[in-house]
Amino acid sequence: MTPQEFKDILHNGVWKQNTGLVQLLGMCPILAVSTSVVNGVSLGLATAVVMALSGAAIAPIRDYVPNEARIPVFILIIAVLVTIVQFSMNAYMYGLYVVLGIFIPLIVTNCIVLARIEAFASKNPPLQSALDGFAMGLGLTFVLAVLGGIREIFGHGTVLSGIDLVFGETAKSWVITVVPNYHGFLLAVLPPGAFITLGMLIAGKNWLNLRAERKLHGAGATIVPVNGGCSPAMH
Amino acid sequence: MVKASFITALNLLVFAVIGTALLALTYELTHDSIARSEEQEKLKLVTQIVPADAYDNDIIKSTAQLPADELLGNDDTTIAYIGRLKDQPSIAVLQVIAPDGYAGKISLIVSVHDNGRIGGVRVISHKETPGLGDYIDIAKNKWITIFDGTSLESIKDSDWKVKKDGGQFDYMAGATITPRAVVKAVHKALKYFAQHRDEMFKPNSSAKNEAGQSKGEAK
Repeated sequence: MTPQEFKDILHNGVWKQNTGLVQLLGMCPILAVSTSVVNGVSLGLATAVVMALSGAAIAPIRDYVPNEARIPVFILIIAVLVTIVQFSMNAYMYGLYVVLGIFIPLIVTNCIVLARIEAFASKNPPLQSALDGFAMGLGLTFVLAVLGGIREIFGHGTVLSGIDLVFGETAKSWVITVVPNYHGFLLAVLPPGAFITLGMLIAGKNWLNLRAERKLHGAGATIVPVNGGCSPAMH
Repeated sequence: MVKASFITALNLLVFAVIGTALLALTYELTHDSIARSEEQEKLKLVTQIVPADAYDNDIIKSTAQLPADELLGNDDTTIAYIGRLKDQPSIAVLQVIAPDGYAGKISLIVSVHDNGRIGGVRVISHKETPGLGDYIDIAKNKWITIFDGTSLESIKDSDWKVKKDGGQFDYMAGATITPRAVVKAVHKALKYFAQHRDEMFKPNSSAKNEAGQSKGEAK
């Protein structure tokens, strides 16, 4: 893998084709668990690990899977990997499992895992595929962290609540109370709040893209929509 | 054509067999240590819901076997932990199952004092939605402590419901099915205790005897 390739894959995953802001895949877990920073980052990192593993596992066998059978085979491999990760965490990292365990089965249902396998790992070598999966997962983690942070501030008036579950009792003091005696704002906690916040984040990213484009090509420039991993053009 | 589909099917079969074998292997390798960590976690929770001044025996070793019962929500014999103070039974820890959670069974432990008051309730395992239904877990929220000190006398039967259903238990917006299942299961656990208190609390019988007797009576 050349350094340029490395940079491109990373940039693609984290920013250019961000799963949460551009490809808009895996919305169900994104909207369901992004009620706080800790929940969001936990699910994001777990997804990144599974995506890296499944990329690395599927790329080497991509030539042996007949085209018609590839979707069931890929789903089978993803499900097996997720279950192995879940068993191993439960057995050897119980503390972390208590925090993350509940999120892990959600990963199989996340369309982004299969989408990256289909769009990337089934056409590229293992190392690149693993990196692509991990970069996509990192991009997802970033969106979940921001989304979780905004919803947590508006919904509960705090940031980083539940951090003690990850780092132990001493981390309890890390919780930042932004608004003391806050009574909560239900809309931000419920799914509609997630949709509204995500919409604003997408608008924010498009605005940043447009600004960068205008700096390069003058005031009249417009942004060209980026092809997502699941868009019909890829099939 | 037929040959191509045959190869595809064979290919699928091979992957399914390999996948199943891998899972079976992982299960075998991790099964014991998962069971151990869950057991430890449960014992930690047991000591959380039994006040230190309510017993002076080795509560973890003092057990009674309870046959499956509709009120406990289980299909198998479970173990109840019996706390004793100066050799008198003082508190029982029941393992109960709420079968109607949003995502399947919720497994709970409930401690009940001699006088029928709840010492505490904890969730052992559940699959409720993260961020919505998981506030029943003490690690996420103090909600589950609303049962502390309640009894069949202090709350009448028709009030053992969440507020939305006209009962007296608080719940959090976004998830009603989860607390509804927990409230129902705790209520049933109290009823079970009321009906079976005397079998579980046979005075001056050792744990082993007690297990034998309660089994005998069930027959």
